[in-house]
Amino acid sequence: MKQLDFEIISNKKIAEKVMELKLKGDVSGIRAGQFVNVLIDGFYLRRPLSVCDAEGGELTLIYKITGGGTKRLSELKTGTLNLLTCLGNGYDTSVSGSAPLLIGGGAGVPPLYMLAKKLISEGKKVAVIIGFNTKNEIFYENEFKALGADVFVTTADGSYGEKGFVTDKMKDLTYSFFYTCGPEPMLKAVYKSSLTSGEFSFEERMGCGFGACMGCSCKTVTGFKRICKDGPVLKKEEILWQA
Amino acid sequence: MAGLNVDLCGIPLDNPVIPASGTFGYGYEFAELYDINLLGTFSFKGTTKEPRFGNPTPRIAECSAGMINAVGLQNPGVEKVISEELPRLSKVFKKKVMANVSGFSIDEYAYTCEKLDKCPQVGWLEVNISCPNVHGGGMSFGTSASAAAEVTRAVKKVTKKPVIMKLSPNVTDITEIAKACEAEGADGISLINTLLGMRIDLKTKKPVIANKMGGFSGSAIFPVALRMVYQVASCVKVPVIGMGGVKSAEDVIEMMLAGATAVEIGAANLINPYICKEIIEKLPDVMNEYKIENLQDIIGGAL
Repeated sequence: MKQLDFEIISNKKIAEKVMELKLKGDVSGIRAGQFVNVLIDGFYLRRPLSVCDAEGGELTLIYKITGGGTKRLSELKTGTLNLLTCLGNGYDTSVSGSAPLLIGGGAGVPPLYMLAKKLISEGKKVAVIIGFNTKNEIFYENEFKALGADVFVTTADGSYGEKGFVTDKMKDLTYSFFYTCGPEPMLKAVYKSSLTSGEFSFEERMGCGFGACMGCSCKTVTGFKRICKDGPVLKKEEILWQA
Repeated sequence: MAGLNVDLCGIPLDNPVIPASGTFGYGYEFAELYDINLLGTFSFKGTTKEPRFGNPTPRIAECSAGMINAVGLQNPGVEKVISEELPRLSKVFKKKVMANVSGFSIDEYAYTCEKLDKCPQVGWLEVNISCPNVHGGGMSFGTSASAAAEVTRAVKKVTKKPVIMKLSPNVTDITEIAKACEAEGADGISLINTLLGMRIDLKTKKPVIANKMGGFSGSAIFPVALRMVYQVASCVKVPVIGMGGVKSAEDVIEMMLAGATAVEIGAANLINPYICKEIIEKLPDVMNEYKIENLQDIIGGAL
């Protein structure tokens, strides 16, 4: 973990209630699947945001406006932000096999971008399914394509791409391993539909984001884990779904 | 040269700054960031006889200038704390640590304290009779003077280490509880634990926290904490540890003027993990500004 100031380069809307924030600063040590914890003036707790990309002194965060904190963040166009970086375990690309599948839903799509970039740089053939409710919520289809991934878009209402859920598309594809991030109902559906092992990125309300407060604990096959420190990525085999 | 050192129940502290239980784990998350030996000491995660997962999530809610937690005393249990956590801690922390203990019966408090009494690393036992997040335990001992006295008596029987009773602010008259603990031989009093609070999510129209209520902490509670420290310090002779919303060197000095011998820092660690280090480094400047030579001279200065 590092505590660092970042300078805002841009902060713009890329889809309905979805913002892309680009920051300048020290991104060393940040791995795919990790998150940062952002201090927003006027709000007591930091906001944990997954890392979409971190390269060449530039950090990209994509976040959904879900409440007062992210609303305030969306209004900031210049200045500096204080971040805790390099939080969480991140995805393990060494277990991906030759043709991994990435499955993202809504606000869970962003961390898969940096992951796709890493997997492709390792010479793997990457397929990506990104699912949204409707057309105006879609983002990053072209960015994933530009990396060289096979990209499939699903919308629940059929307004763009293939009508249905990410799991409908999963059935058509073969893959060596999968990585996923999205709302919990989607993660559960992916868990049931998946034919290989995989890694799941979870979300929880956090206090500190670095393992001190036990605010985000969950039960797993291998014992109690803190989503922020021992996660947010859990292996398929260790997940215990709560009722 | 500013004098930061104080004496806490017969054990010298290099400075009065102590990260509070539940906000500092067993120390290693912070030891990755800075040398935690610069702290006065720290109070480790509330430990019980048996391992506990704690409450369901969400356990955290934000407030204006504060937060609510309902962790519910998640901890690996005293056996594992002694066999795993303390040996790991000894590699990064060379000072005496404060052991925070909680329980669900008088016997459990005594059992856990007796085990920790045998650990040379442990300097003080901070006995939490004030956790608002668990049913049938914790706070119920801290909301009645007779029950608080009973826990103190039981714990004092099993340990020679200084016993510091950690009190709840969720009572009508905290001085009655403090006096009852002192009468049974408590070597110190620490306060305040969190204030019982609640938030409701307008989208779901239900409490944010799964356990519905939780403990409110953070800078918003500082004036309440300061007032209670002042009240307790006015009526007991044993040392008092002040805590509640402390986030700066100025707050530390204010707490000491209200009667605190040492000061615990809680929620602020979660927002700025370097806060205790920064406060310790800032103290000499602030002391200089207010013409304070030695911190131990100002304890209770406002009483």
